[in-house]
Amino acid sequence: MTDVFTAHHVIEYPGGYTRSVGPVIGRFLTGLRDGKLLAVRLADGRVLVPPTEYDPTTSADIQPEGDHWIEVGPRGTVQAFTWVDEPRAGKHPLQKPFAFALIRPDGADTAMLHMVDCGSADAIRVGSRVAPRWRSEREGFITDIEAWMPLGDGEEPQPAPLHVPAEDEQPVTGITVPIRLEYTLNAGVATTRYLRGLGEGKIIGGRAPSSDEVYAASRGTDPKSGEPTSIEVEVRDTGVITTFCVVNVPGLSELAPEIPYVSAQILLDGANNTFFGLIRGCEVDDVHMGMRVKAHWADELIADHTAIKWFEPTGERDAPYEHYKDYL
Amino acid sequence: MRDVAVVSYACSSVARDPVHNETEMIGPVLREAMAQSGVAKGDIGFVCSGSLDYLQGGPFAFVAGLDAVGAWPPVRESHVEMDAAWALYEAWVAIQTGEVDTALVYGFGKSTPGDLHEIMSLQLDPYYLLPLWPSMVDMAALQASALLEADGATERELAEVAARSQRNATANPNAVRKGEASADDIVRQPVTHHPLRDADIFPITDGVAAVVLAADETARRACKRPAWIRSIEHRIEAHSVGVRDLTRSESTRAAALAAGVANGKVDIAELHAQFSHEELILVDALGLDAEKTSINPSGGALAANPVMSAGLARIGEVARRITNGEADRGVAHAASGPCLQQNLVCVLEGD
Repeated sequence: MTDVFTAHHVIEYPGGYTRSVGPVIGRFLTGLRDGKLLAVRLADGRVLVPPTEYDPTTSADIQPEGDHWIEVGPRGTVQAFTWVDEPRAGKHPLQKPFAFALIRPDGADTAMLHMVDCGSADAIRVGSRVAPRWRSEREGFITDIEAWMPLGDGEEPQPAPLHVPAEDEQPVTGITVPIRLEYTLNAGVATTRYLRGLGEGKIIGGRAPSSDEVYAASRGTDPKSGEPTSIEVEVRDTGVITTFCVVNVPGLSELAPEIPYVSAQILLDGANNTFFGLIRGCEVDDVHMGMRVKAHWADELIADHTAIKWFEPTGERDAPYEHYKDYL
Repeated sequence: MRDVAVVSYACSSVARDPVHNETEMIGPVLREAMAQSGVAKGDIGFVCSGSLDYLQGGPFAFVAGLDAVGAWPPVRESHVEMDAAWALYEAWVAIQTGEVDTALVYGFGKSTPGDLHEIMSLQLDPYYLLPLWPSMVDMAALQASALLEADGATERELAEVAARSQRNATANPNAVRKGEASADDIVRQPVTHHPLRDADIFPITDGVAAVVLAADETARRACKRPAWIRSIEHRIEAHSVGVRDLTRSESTRAAALAAGVANGKVDIAELHAQFSHEELILVDALGLDAEKTSINPSGGALAANPVMSAGLARIGEVARRITNGEADRGVAHAASGPCLQQNLVCVLEGD
């Protein structure tokens, strides 16, 4: 079987991932907001930009206050570079071809990585003199420098536009960074088999030839032996609740009912593992271990997890504890 | 110190596996490594793996891989969110404590579902670097730029590395990129990520590698010529590429010194150079003589780079050639982090 299911998958922090920056990085970022490049002089005399919390050689703490903090630049020299022909949409701050470069600001002994906006790869070389192009509205973020620009002979760097502090403005304490990654995942052979089964109104499991144990929705391997669950076995869509949770947090999923609702692990008849499902059709307080339930299928079956909408009580007598005690 | 050896090695890598998920890819490789070793599943003392959840796109995604191990009865197990060469290091330490005599180590990863070059940006400094999203290739290209500028190498020397890797890879069934291109051919190809050409950059690969470690007599029973781990050391440098001398790999040099690389002949060296310029930096840092040492006879990571198992595979490739009698003493290297930030050096030798 080569026709496996694929799915587009996104992991993202909508609105960005927030981080507190601490006082050392915070002081550097506050400097950027003020239109200045700040650095720290280390114990061995080297000037480090951008500052980190620890001396990179000795691991000694770098204090956020003191006369080891100095201003460097604004001019700098390119130490190394590469060219980005096709910027990544939604990621690169510059959406036209640009260079990434290691730039050593005048007065510093280390380089900082940033972008150079010079039009073409021919317009930059190691040794190029550059200066920051400052954003007019700055927030205390690495892109307060929009990009570095090549500096012609005798050319003066553009000064940073004045930053007018907001009322009661504080030093920078945090940043927010958009994070988004996209994938095309493939379900693999066994999960594709299971999802196809859902589309046909069946719950497909698998077992390995050397075992009697059937795993509902098997991912392809017997988790006890590591052997492939090559034998396809259909399990019943009825079973017994082993353990459950009453959910009181709203909005966890588009499929979630109104709170409170119950999510449960269900020992399906014919399976040797438990299956996850919502429980509906009874009061939340009536749900209990040993309760017999049956799947409520969607009217129109699609080969995905929406095929089973929930499980509901059958009204039968509870299963004895002996039946499910090994599945807790 | 106990004598610990690699007693078996298996790997599988392809440009893209569109059919199997990670667990389905891992199973056959583990079975082969276990079968080669002759150690029974129930006798494995410790299981350790290396992988990256961001390749799979979900937190704790690596746990699914344990289904392929068959963790019943319950096993003593650990995992590193990094190349499995470091999982091997952890397993070696576990054996050194005397609490276990054998370990199963595996690494796995599919680079094809997501954008690997972009995913690796997530390992970068979150304040100063990540917001700019320099990719894995951008970072390497900066090091190549620094190296070429310092006359540490020429473009032609990079092309020679790329050409030799492709040629060596023709003998490797797990190679994804192999061929007969010469350095001249490669130098004529366009620069795509200044100053690197596509041939200087590893190929995207899906793959798995696994190794069984055993100590003392257990190793001798498991393998006719065990590849003894004479030493294994790793060192790390500052994260910021702006504070490091990118033309040298000080952590590799320090690890090689601690590992005693120079204490004997080095017949073969498998280096986890994902870009051609990295090989030149590593050969220098390890103090290798290319006249006397066969560098990356497997083709190295430029032939196949199943991220998270490629470093472990370097150890496996050296071990296999020792066990087969092709070599007596070899060095395996693994790298992690941007621009060779962290490096592991392992010296292996046969009796």
